[in-house]
Amino acid sequence: MARQLVTGNEAVARGAYEAGVSFASAYPGTPSTEILENVGTYREITAEWAPNEKVAMEAAIGASMGGVRSMAAMKHVGLNVAADPIFTFAYMGVSGGMVFVSADDPGMHSSQNEQDNRNYAKFMKIPMLEPSDSQEAKDMFRDAFDISEKYDTPVMFRMTTRVCHSKSLVELGERKEFAAIPYVKNRMKNDNVPAVARNLRVKMLERDRRLAAYTNDCPYNFAEYNGSKKIGIVTSGISYQYAKEVFGDSASYLKLGLTNPLPMDMIREFRSNVDTLYVIEELDPFLEEQIRAAGIDCVGKDKIPLVGELNPNIIRKALLDEDVPEILFNRNLIVDRPPTLCAGCPHRGFFYECAKRSDTVMVGDIGCYALGGSEPLNAKDMAICMGAAFSLAHGLDKAFRKSGQDKTIVACMGDSTFFHTGINSLEEVVYNDSHVICCILDNRITGMTGHQENPGTGYSLQGEPATIMDIETIVRSLGIERVRTVNPLHLDDMKAALDWAYREVHEGPVVLITRWPCVLKKLSTEDRREFRPVPAVCTVHHDTCIGCKKCLTTGCPALSFDKYERKVSIDPLQCNGCTVCAQVCPKQAIVKGAKKA
Amino acid sequence: MKTHDTKSILLVGVGGQGTILASKILTAGLVAAGYDVKMSEVHGMSQRGGSVSTQVRYGTKVYSPIIGRGQADILVAFETMEAIRYLPDLKPGGKVVVNDYQMPSLPILSGEREYPDNILEELQSKADTLVLDAAAIAQANGNPKSMNVVLLGALIQSLGLQDLDWDTALRSCVKSKFVEVNLRCLDAGMRTAEGDRG
Repeated sequence: MARQLVTGNEAVARGAYEAGVSFASAYPGTPSTEILENVGTYREITAEWAPNEKVAMEAAIGASMGGVRSMAAMKHVGLNVAADPIFTFAYMGVSGGMVFVSADDPGMHSSQNEQDNRNYAKFMKIPMLEPSDSQEAKDMFRDAFDISEKYDTPVMFRMTTRVCHSKSLVELGERKEFAAIPYVKNRMKNDNVPAVARNLRVKMLERDRRLAAYTNDCPYNFAEYNGSKKIGIVTSGISYQYAKEVFGDSASYLKLGLTNPLPMDMIREFRSNVDTLYVIEELDPFLEEQIRAAGIDCVGKDKIPLVGELNPNIIRKALLDEDVPEILFNRNLIVDRPPTLCAGCPHRGFFYECAKRSDTVMVGDIGCYALGGSEPLNAKDMAICMGAAFSLAHGLDKAFRKSGQDKTIVACMGDSTFFHTGINSLEEVVYNDSHVICCILDNRITGMTGHQENPGTGYSLQGEPATIMDIETIVRSLGIERVRTVNPLHLDDMKAALDWAYREVHEGPVVLITRWPCVLKKLSTEDRREFRPVPAVCTVHHDTCIGCKKCLTTGCPALSFDKYERKVSIDPLQCNGCTVCAQVCPKQAIVKGAKKA
Repeated sequence: MKTHDTKSILLVGVGGQGTILASKILTAGLVAAGYDVKMSEVHGMSQRGGSVSTQVRYGTKVYSPIIGRGQADILVAFETMEAIRYLPDLKPGGKVVVNDYQMPSLPILSGEREYPDNILEELQSKADTLVLDAAAIAQANGNPKSMNVVLLGALIQSLGLQDLDWDTALRSCVKSKFVEVNLRCLDAGMRTAEGDRG
């Protein structure tokens, strides 16, 4: 079969297919999202979006217990959410093989932290594989199921942004069906009450010893001796590719694919064959600390940065003290280009109306609406992790009331984030009675990660119709009576809803639901029926425009200001006629018209 | 120290400008010609109107999927200011293909900064630079949205890769009803760069 150029994420999906996987679950998160999207293209596999990573992990564990090969995928911070079930499943072991992906984001391209999840594998005492390109991603993922079944353990598959989102050539293989294992009740393995868990803990440590022996024979751990043995490099994942780029054949390599447990015999032997040992790894000294603890001397994080993504230049500078010449030029010519809410984004109306209110603390969350904190809207005080907005707001309210600080707290999160863990966060607000305005920005899709279905949209990952969970009904069922749903692009309505919420919040919790689809969403039949979109575009009458720049305070990227003419113009390619700018114009200089085809 | 012949191409622009399609066609052509190819792009937050880049490397054997600063052989900018933002990534002596097409960023839209007006002159004084008005060329060839394919044509010609099978590569990436207009745009882009060489 011809080789294909595919991303690491596509390759993992192919590996799952070839391994005979039957069930896959995930919650979207950059850089892992495309794994399940691609798994979903194989009809042999049931692929699902779960409401959050913990649920995805649990569903995959259940499928393994049910006797089929199963997988889960998530970004690094998603594994924090899913840590509870997997730590214990690590004691219990599998029936059908079970592998989960942790996609880390060194450099924080699209994340709130850059935690090094390799530490989890050691903490959980489970085997971990780390691919360095797409071919390895496919092959290792396929073979991870054999390791899982042979050693009776879940396997962690650790990727990073550059492996997930880089394309390289892959030779595809065929699917090998996995014969389902008939279910047999076995409480001593699968019912982790303390008496069972105490036994399993001992068994797990025995397994760890067997894995420590296997890792020295695993074909994914291998030495590559080149002409020179002056420099030996121990490395794994994408760092291997960077090391090869810098040192080529002038060094020898110990390339590690199975990095937990580490093949310490192999490392010791490699060390004895080279003059100097470099350990090249991104983020934490995960390999290095264990190598040093085994009494093997090496050069590592004393030279190589602990922070951010590596690249060949950083390694070249750190280990060879070589600088790469750069073109010098007038840097004043660079103006920042931060990401912005899209033209027509329904969140704009919400943030525009919030930004005007004083004595407000705005709590944000993870999603496109994180951009509500940027200039010129500047309508956000804080954000921490998925689903946290309402619980953070709850704690703030308790603190403010105890200490007599008079501020109104507004918290916001999207529809998918609400289903993820925001729903728990709202329970806290209701149960422990805080006076906060909780806003659910329902744009009918999971936006930031590129439009994945969720429990509110009416469709499953593989395009099947699903029950639509109605957010307002859920909120009311929790016992909240002060609930309103509003179209955020109608600024008068948005303002009236906020005025109402600011009054009512003195009595108890208030929920505002803004409901309008993401401007980039491919609308479903239900969306078309509800929102009746008409293609439109706004234009500025230059004879009426006074150049006051009021419209620019909405931060819409379709607007631009001509400093010589002192007039605003609208880019017809970007504009889709949401009219937020027209509504703020004091001179009615902006009008909406039909979009030309 | 490097023993390989790898070439590094950096395509930069603004989210939504079609850098991804251009690099897809480019890599399809390179793979079919038997090169080892790696390509890297970043998804997620930066796509929302932010600055985007796609890195393509090809040769006999490619290791790193990303290009370090000062290591790109050619920089193709779909938007003018993005060319200057990524100029530090270009190897001294490398080539710039820049679209004479300006998209103001938020600090400019909000009046806090102005769009710098002498970027092209700065680029030309620092590197071998080909300036083209890809929007006008695409418009003249039937579709202003095919600006990305015009730029791809200029890139292909600048790398001396014009003899590879771009017809098949393009057909494998573009919907059939857009094939003809895109082939015209690709050809027009190639001719622009050819003129530049002569």
